[in-house]
Amino acid sequence: MRQSYSDKLSSGFIAIILILLSVVCLYPFVYVLSASFSSGNAVITGEVVLFPKDITLDSYKSILAKEGLWQAYGNTVFYTVAGTAFSILLTICGAYPLSKSRLRGRTFVAFFIAFTLWFGAGLIPTYLNFKELGLLDTRTSIIVGFAVSAFLVILLRTFFQSIPDSLEESAKMDGANDLQILRYIYLPLSKPALVTVGLIYAVGKWNSYFWAMILLKDENKIPLQVLLKKMIVEMSLNEELTGSMNAANTMSQETFIYATIIVSILPIVLVYPFLQKYFVKGTMIGGIKE
Amino acid sequence: MQLNSPLSEVKETIVPAKRSHLAVKLQAAKTIIWRDKYLYLMLIPFILWYLIFAYKPMYGLQIAFKDYSLFKGISGSPWVGFENFERFFRSEYFIRNLVNTFMINLWGLIFAFPAPIILALLLNEVKNVMFKKTVQTITYLPHFISVVIIAGIVTNFLAPTNGIVNIMIEKLGGEKINFLAMPEFFRTIYIGSMQIWKDVGYSAIIYLAAIAGINPALYEAAKMDGANRWKQMWHITLPGMLPTIMILLILNLGSFLEVGYESIILLYQPATYETADVINTYVYRAGLQGGNYEVGAAAGLFNSVVSLILVVVANRLSKKMTNIGLW
Repeated sequence: MRQSYSDKLSSGFIAIILILLSVVCLYPFVYVLSASFSSGNAVITGEVVLFPKDITLDSYKSILAKEGLWQAYGNTVFYTVAGTAFSILLTICGAYPLSKSRLRGRTFVAFFIAFTLWFGAGLIPTYLNFKELGLLDTRTSIIVGFAVSAFLVILLRTFFQSIPDSLEESAKMDGANDLQILRYIYLPLSKPALVTVGLIYAVGKWNSYFWAMILLKDENKIPLQVLLKKMIVEMSLNEELTGSMNAANTMSQETFIYATIIVSILPIVLVYPFLQKYFVKGTMIGGIKE
Repeated sequence: MQLNSPLSEVKETIVPAKRSHLAVKLQAAKTIIWRDKYLYLMLIPFILWYLIFAYKPMYGLQIAFKDYSLFKGISGSPWVGFENFERFFRSEYFIRNLVNTFMINLWGLIFAFPAPIILALLLNEVKNVMFKKTVQTITYLPHFISVVIIAGIVTNFLAPTNGIVNIMIEKLGGEKINFLAMPEFFRTIYIGSMQIWKDVGYSAIIYLAAIAGINPALYEAAKMDGANRWKQMWHITLPGMLPTIMILLILNLGSFLEVGYESIILLYQPATYETADVINTYVYRAGLQGGNYEVGAAAGLFNSVVSLILVVVANRLSKKMTNIGLW
């Protein structure tokens, strides 16, 4: 079929908008990457626009030297791995029973969970709850405290429901119990959904900062995001105090932060192809039911 | 008595029957619960988690009506009625923060909410698969970046002396502007970075899924009738997306008062409180940083109740007008 002149014109128009949008989405990453490899001086005088200037690894060297940063990095890895494992386990514990329409009390439990989506206790009672439980300033609070997402329980339940009942029935004939059916039939068949749920949890934990900032006071326990936040606040304070760029520390501070940003998003970028694939799937599964 | 006797006879025969019926039912329930024992066992840790981390704090909400003292604890503190609410409503921040919450949401609804819809419509018009995929891959990426990093990038880019934006402005002959310290820029910066830049690509996925579900025969029929691309978009694609749009709109209204306080506290500063301070950031400062727990809890409860009402009302309105609802 031939395209008319106006059709071609609108196609071109659409392409230009989309290219502009892509540039806007990508540019900050390119800039941060280039700046992290440039000298502090080149960055603050505005010589770095797209490509690095005065290429140097100084920022990365000073990151390597900064002890607190590796501690925070290790903490983040630990919170992400342990937290995701715990979250997936609990989510399965909720989603599997709730996927069985024969289960008595199912509607009640479903309401019990859905209610928390619409009504929350708020910041203060949540904080006081951690205090009462004696979980302030503990690693446990980060791993256990925010383990379950009602949305992901619903997503996984929906996926379990899409697996034909006949598989379960024939396994029952052979004398399998519910735990065995879950272990040997449902979980292997749900791998894509489990990967999706796990990735959503993992990215959330990798990126979370708010509650870690509130619950953890010990510098040795804070995750990377909290440390980054401190560094950024410090930097903007410095800039306000010193005003112009005389001190050598302001110069390297910016590139130092850019390098830290690169190091902290590196794992995300590395798994990005998987993320993209599975997040799209998750949005589709969840979107249909939600 | 005589008249009653046949009736009582009947009763007599019915009651034992009922009783045994109940016993049978109970027995049946027992066997059913025993049959699903593993499922119930699995539910135990799950429900316990919800009780401890979601419902127990709700019990703690009572401090909104109490004069909370750390030593007496939640249950031991004396009741004070609505005193904390009065203090919150009377404080000079209440009206300002309520207005700010409303304005940030309104801006979000006007600028951030339609953005992914438009992006999905545009992507849908792209015939070249490679190009479409590339645009999608690039626009999803910011979704996976933490708000701390986004705030860091924004702060650095807009820094008053060394930020790339101000350097460019100066090179072009303009005056440097301290964007982050000016109240009039806050909403634009916040909505632009945390809502549009971060999520436009990702939110478009769900709309693209909705578009994919539209019956292709509709487009064929429209073409037969001579509808051009824009007309097809307007009369087929958009109505096909309407259920998804409505559901996301209701969800959006449900989180109206929540706004992204976690990202707002990363971008605001005392100089911009005038437009940036919302109810939850106030709760954070007064409650968590200032230790004024009961007023913070009262403000938080006000937030939660209004949100609940909003989502229920929005759902009902949507059901009436478009027959689409969450429940």
